[in-house]
Amino acid sequence: MATDYNGYITTESIAGADDGPLAGTTVAVKDNISTEGVRTTCGSAMLDDYVSPYDATVVERLKAAGATIPGKTNMDEFGMGTTTETSAFGPTENPAAPGHVPGGSSGGSAAVVAAGDADMALGTDTGGSVRCPAAFCGVVGIKPTYGLVSRYGLVAYANSLEQIGPIAPTVEEAAELLEVIAGPDDADATTRDAREASAPDGETDESAYDYAAAADGDVEGLDIGVPTELVEGADPEVESVFWDAIADLEARGASYHEVDLESLRYAVEAYYVIAMSEASSNLARFDGVRYGQSGGYDGNWNETFARSREEGFGEEVKSRVLLGTYALSAGYHDKYYKQAQDARAWIKREFDEALSAADVLASPTMPVTPMPTGESLDDPLKMYLADANTTPVNLANLPAISVPAGETDEGLPVGLQLVGPAFGEKEIIRAGSALA
Amino acid sequence: MSDGETGDGDADDAAAVDPEAVRHVADLARIDLDDAEVERFTERFADVLAYFETLEEVPEVEGEADLANVMRPDEVRDSLSQEDALANAPETEDGYFKGPKVS
Repeated sequence: MATDYNGYITTESIAGADDGPLAGTTVAVKDNISTEGVRTTCGSAMLDDYVSPYDATVVERLKAAGATIPGKTNMDEFGMGTTTETSAFGPTENPAAPGHVPGGSSGGSAAVVAAGDADMALGTDTGGSVRCPAAFCGVVGIKPTYGLVSRYGLVAYANSLEQIGPIAPTVEEAAELLEVIAGPDDADATTRDAREASAPDGETDESAYDYAAAADGDVEGLDIGVPTELVEGADPEVESVFWDAIADLEARGASYHEVDLESLRYAVEAYYVIAMSEASSNLARFDGVRYGQSGGYDGNWNETFARSREEGFGEEVKSRVLLGTYALSAGYHDKYYKQAQDARAWIKREFDEALSAADVLASPTMPVTPMPTGESLDDPLKMYLADANTTPVNLANLPAISVPAGETDEGLPVGLQLVGPAFGEKEIIRAGSALA
Repeated sequence: MSDGETGDGDADDAAAVDPEAVRHVADLARIDLDDAEVERFTERFADVLAYFETLEEVPEVEGEADLANVMRPDEVRDSLSQEDALANAPETEDGYFKGPKVS
């Protein structure tokens, strides 16, 4: 079923098993996650007619759990964008805020959930791509700890940063979906078993994956750290909704203290250097020979590939691949890439310190409200800066959730982000469930 | 494909971006650009790279790598059939991918 806000790229339905925890539930899947026999475009003209020959592990798990996949959702091309406007299949409109972007890059996934056209959805989050659209569309999104969810069958953008995560109307439903997709996978060597990873050395926690049960709304005694760096830069109306939500949590028995995390000031720069660098390598595979758009040219191979890639990639993708190539090239590697890796280590350390003195860290998910459609592409730097609060979490490999915190006076949704320790999904689910 | 020489790579340079540098990087990345794109990217890259300059303020930080090798027995397993592996190729011949003809 196509939608009038352009939520889906493909609406071919994929049936799941008859029984299972998600029987009778529809779960839309972002179009960079492989579905056997159904095209997987990554929002790119390059892969316009690419039909995946196998299922991603998360898709196998959805089907085994009984879910029906109603379609593949629209997205920024290869995940590169914050507004779902870089899709080769046209922008998605925000059903919760008409005339505005749904956020990105998993904008289609958040939009179909917000509009009620799917019960839940999967997105992918490399620098905020699940949490941003969840916040902008007024739904819940979880970016899991690096290694919790298999990425086998996910078309790679920046491997060291990205995770597949659930989007749903409520925290409890998002937690149910996370239970289905989480867990180690032989086909993805970066996955870890949360039963071991969340327990002290040598011990196992058999209840590690019981995420839905953690959505009990109990925040009595919860200690919340608020990184000032992530609140100071926010729009005043966003900040006001954020503090109201913190007051709500306080009224239910939580307390908060502010923390200074100086390293977070460098997160956006570090994120873009690392993500673009990894993208320049990952997207080298699209040469129009094994798959992807071929210009049908003959002659020098490099020139032929360059013409196919000129035609197949959109402007934002070209820009990121070129900047990544630049950042890794001789003479500039130390200046950009090495400095970005230092920033990443610093951010990780400061987050760990802050989380030893707090149960969770809270901030607005996005420092801004959903942008009016058509305003962002002309000023990429401004679009990048909107990722200030989400990118640090990917750099630190930590889990985070975005829950609806309220609306501005104009009725635009605002999300609250909660960050937890590695494999501490239950902490952020419990805290988030007090609000949604 | 992204580890080539930029030719003018001097780490002390403030990010000086001219159309020639953009063309050179595009060549390394195997992406053709038309003149209008070169012009837009020259301006855009100057902005973005100037913004990345702030990373110079980041101190040297020792990152503790939390990495472990993941091994498995080297056993034969099912994989994609040749037919499936070739199904998305624009051109194939006798069970092979077919690349551009070198003139």
